[in-house]
Amino acid sequence: MGRITLDKVRKSFGEVEVIPPLDLTIEDGEFVVFVGPSGCGKSTLLRLIAGLEDVSGGEIRIDGQDATMVPPAKRGLAMVFQSYALYPHMSVRKNIAFPLRMAKMDAAEQERRVKAAADVLNLTDYLDRRPGQLSGGQRQRVAIGRAIVREPAAFLFDEPLSNLDAALRVGMRLEISELHKRLKTTMIYVTHDQVEAMTMADKIVVLRAGHIEQVGSPLELYRNPRNVFVAGFIGSPKMNLVDGPIAASHDAATIGIRPEHIRVSDEAGDWLGKVGVSEHLGSDTFFHVTCEGISEPLTVRVGGEVDLRYGDKVWLSPDPDHLHRFDDKGLRIA
Amino acid sequence: MARAVTTQRKALNTAVAWTVGLLIFFPILWTVLTSFKTEAEAIANPPVILFFDWTLENYGVVQERSNYMRFLWNSVIIAGGSTLLGVLIAVPAAWSMAFVPSKRTKDILLWMLSTKMLPAVGVLYPIYLLCIQLGVLDNRVALVVILMLINLPIIVWMLYTYFREIPGEILEAARMDGAGLKEELLYVLTPMAVPGIASTILLNFILAWNEAFWTLNLTSVDAAPLTAFIASYSSPEGLFFAKLSAASTMAIAPILILGWFSQKQLVRGLTFGAVK
Repeated sequence: MGRITLDKVRKSFGEVEVIPPLDLTIEDGEFVVFVGPSGCGKSTLLRLIAGLEDVSGGEIRIDGQDATMVPPAKRGLAMVFQSYALYPHMSVRKNIAFPLRMAKMDAAEQERRVKAAADVLNLTDYLDRRPGQLSGGQRQRVAIGRAIVREPAAFLFDEPLSNLDAALRVGMRLEISELHKRLKTTMIYVTHDQVEAMTMADKIVVLRAGHIEQVGSPLELYRNPRNVFVAGFIGSPKMNLVDGPIAASHDAATIGIRPEHIRVSDEAGDWLGKVGVSEHLGSDTFFHVTCEGISEPLTVRVGGEVDLRYGDKVWLSPDPDHLHRFDDKGLRIA
Repeated sequence: MARAVTTQRKALNTAVAWTVGLLIFFPILWTVLTSFKTEAEAIANPPVILFFDWTLENYGVVQERSNYMRFLWNSVIIAGGSTLLGVLIAVPAAWSMAFVPSKRTKDILLWMLSTKMLPAVGVLYPIYLLCIQLGVLDNRVALVVILMLINLPIIVWMLYTYFREIPGEILEAARMDGAGLKEELLYVLTPMAVPGIASTILLNFILAWNEAFWTLNLTSVDAAPLTAFIASYSSPEGLFFAKLSAASTMAIAPILILGWFSQKQLVRGLTFGAVK
């Protein structure tokens, strides 16, 4: 079981309040991703749950038990760190067995569990090596192995993939998702990469300056962002945000339109613009188009076969069904 | 950018390095040579360097006159004991300063170091009187404690510097893995800091071994280490240079041999963390 409840949890460092009182419930078996720009408090929040930082107020409950003052060792949670944090003087086998050794589990059971974890993570051939002799991806697997052997109530991941190269990152992302499907254990995952958030999460928690901006499934957040911040943060490339007279004509302070919801025509449309830089991904092409009366260039997503040149004149029309409207406080207008 | 070094330049560098090395080593070499001379040759003018009648007589006399082994044993106990005790106290102290620093940590470190700036003789009287009051003059345990206290700032500083190089996340990982403070120190921090701890122990052992001020002032017979052994040959019967040199050679030999075998470890420890 791994249901985690935060009740008015608050954290200050001296005078600076990094996390104002915050409520959040993480259901058993859920894959929750904390996402937000750097300095938004997502890692601090994870460390509060882990017990590596003391809360300044509020209550943390794990499976209904008050864990606020419980030391990290006793919370039954496992954590995977960004730097892997492996013990450099121990072999892979000893690294993975360390939590079991701390739990004073008998040697035969330790060996059985280490073997099982190594099997799952393809580490069987590396058990006698030291972390220094492994590649980044293998080290990350050892760190995950060390987390899974003790069958924790929940896994905490602190930006575990940011030290890996792009190709490995995609692979590990799938492996972690696969692991979650198999173990069905609660996972809390911190990242600043919204693609990781979108692809892995059951539930995304978007944070800014310690505040929860929105909680929801990836598609909920994508389709119905509650405010301008979430609208701009979730989705790659970013949602186009337009203010001024054009927004006013839609009775809003700001309107948002995703790159795939803009129709391109060389004959007619709402906004006349000039094609700037284009990015060809093969399957898709992103055009950056500068339009009259719109300060920022708009990003438009079209099929890979569309061919427009730098400086070409085009007409753009937003799809009215997918237009997001926000008021002057940045909140969504229903 | 790599600089081209000519052969001539290399030869010059080598020559300079050897000259400086010999200059530093010369007093020790001279002491060892003198220990094999007769008293007359030892004070001959002009001095004889290599061509004299080599004799072991001085060593015989020194061994006959005083019990070398007892002084050696005292040195081992005092240097070893003060080092071990110091490390036992300094590991937790350095751990807390490196990993859970407070607002005052920097000040405490500086204050500890400042005690090393005080001339030892400045506190000789109070410590001497304290030893008399407590009845521990010429006592090995008292010397172990005093030398430990005197070298503690250096031990804490060195360990603090090594511990700072260890990423805090690894200790946090240990905590998440269920390790308490004891396990964290025993299974994770200490093994990772072994090179640093080893060189700290070694350097401190050498410092304590060579410590003369306190050992000379606070011991007479029972607790006297090798430093007192050397000093006993210096003045009372006039200057017997050859015997003094034999005594000195016997006193520094153990630490020289130890230093020779552990030089790699010592250099590695002293430059630990200097290059990432």
